[in-house]
Amino acid sequence: MIKLNNISKTYRIRRRETGIKNALKSFFSHKYELLRALDDVSFTVNDGEMVGYIGPNGAGKSSTVKIMSGILTPDSGSCEIDGLTPWKQRKEHVKNIGVVFGQRSQLWWDVPVCDSFELLKDIYSVSDRDYKRVYDELIERLSLQEIIKTPARQLSLGQRMRCEIAASLIHEPRILFLDEPTIGLDAVSKIAVRQFLKEINQEKKTTMILTTHDMQDIEALTERILLIGKGKILLDGSLDELKLKGNAQKKLNVRFSVGEFELCGGITLLKRSEGEAVFGVDTEIISVSRAIEQVTKKAEITDLEVMGSTAEELVVSLYRDFGI
Amino acid sequence: MKKYVSFFKISFSGTIQYRGAAVAGIITQLFWGFMEIMLFRAFYEADSSAFPMEFSALCSYIWLQQAFLTLFMIWFFDLKIFKQIQDGGIGYELARPLELYDMWFAGNAAQRMAKATLRCFPVLLVASLLPEPYGLLAPSSVGSFLVFLVSLFLAFLTVLAFCMLVYITTFYTLSPYGVRIIVTSVTELLTGALIPIPFLPDWMQEILRFTPFYSMQNLPYRIYSEDIWGTEAALAIVLQLIWVFILIGFGKLWMKRALKRVVIQGG
Repeated sequence: MIKLNNISKTYRIRRRETGIKNALKSFFSHKYELLRALDDVSFTVNDGEMVGYIGPNGAGKSSTVKIMSGILTPDSGSCEIDGLTPWKQRKEHVKNIGVVFGQRSQLWWDVPVCDSFELLKDIYSVSDRDYKRVYDELIERLSLQEIIKTPARQLSLGQRMRCEIAASLIHEPRILFLDEPTIGLDAVSKIAVRQFLKEINQEKKTTMILTTHDMQDIEALTERILLIGKGKILLDGSLDELKLKGNAQKKLNVRFSVGEFELCGGITLLKRSEGEAVFGVDTEIISVSRAIEQVTKKAEITDLEVMGSTAEELVVSLYRDFGI
Repeated sequence: MKKYVSFFKISFSGTIQYRGAAVAGIITQLFWGFMEIMLFRAFYEADSSAFPMEFSALCSYIWLQQAFLTLFMIWFFDLKIFKQIQDGGIGYELARPLELYDMWFAGNAAQRMAKATLRCFPVLLVASLLPEPYGLLAPSSVGSFLVFLVSLFLAFLTVLAFCMLVYITTFYTLSPYGVRIIVTSVTELLTGALIPIPFLPDWMQEILRFTPFYSMQNLPYRIYSEDIWGTEAALAIVLQLIWVFILIGFGKLWMKRALKRVVIQGG
């Protein structure tokens, strides 16, 4: 179980104006600004849960993950993961966790991937028998047969990410932190990675916390979402709850040959071009069928489409609502 | 312990695959050795009594130095470590049940040894085939050769422990260049890499005796040609041991402190 209570972290950021003069000035006296990366963050994640941790760049996602993986010490607050405080009992704690940082590699660059795996086996003191079992399973599921003997430096990003994820699971951690695991991957690799993570979560009951900017990741993987912005947790709930909130806004995509449109309360014209118009429909004011009736009154319609907001748009509107 | 041995192995095999670098290294070292000997020969011809070492002993010193260059040159840093500290890659290392100090130590040892393994034999072979006094002399006795090996190993540990301190400073300065440039240029002189320590002024030698630099390459090479021997050699080895303990102990403590205040850079 992961329990964060009132965690805060402030960074000192060095700033100066541009230009040589200011560069010279800053040589003698630095100006620092304090940046509140995390502000009183609290949440609890139960065993076996899969949580999507979202927020814009610089919101504090990575800082939270770093604190939970024992790499960063917060200024105040407490964090308990399976009874341990990550930054105090680092070595004890990290035995039970796996970490995947999408933008960094944990594989050794010069040697074949299987050598990296062997080394990780020794680092985590995994027994030969367990290693064999886990290794075979990972190879099979992530289809690594072809690439396991290639040095990491010669793998494509998608291949490498599959290996990274495998590497983080060799010691069968109870908790897995994934920091943008699908960043830069193509559609096929993304789906493969998601599929695999889902299976591991369901079968092994591995707790997973996943930060991402890719809303499809969230839709495919997580039941629960934590939204963070400017260092504060803004929202903690299920994706469906979020959707419900966002779904008040529907879009009506209309193609027409001739005619004009009459708007009424709850309908706004979002875009209009030759033969095509997009309307926003606030379903709290007007129902979809009434809206269709209204816009089609005086026009010859050739095609009509009703769209809910995508998760992507949902998040953008959430960011806007919270002013982050 | 096993994890550090494994890490040593993986670093060793990762380094040893770069054959091109090794060949280039061997050629450079041979060439450098010849140049240096030619230079010193000119000085010795002017007045050989003005020098503190016999010319043949000096030639042996130079050849050993070229053969084991990668073991002792301070500036053979593992650039990946600097990069990791600068850009935050170190996070991964910290997210593992490892002592960072021990791991870096093992990795550095492996890289230096892998490079030396590839390079030392051809250089030693060529040097031992050269005519006297230009070549590498055979060891004077089995005893002094064994003492040489012990001292070589301890000097190696001293260098590694010293380099660890340079890595740790990067936690504070972030840019490793300043410290690296100073350390490189100063240690070139003080360790006897540029010219053997006996060639330095007496007052400087007296000071150097009390620094770890004296325990680096200077010692084994001079023990080899019995420039230092007997009780002096025994005392010097004890001193080496003391420095190894001091430098490692200090490095580990310092690393612990540095990690407490570390900020993992980058998102």
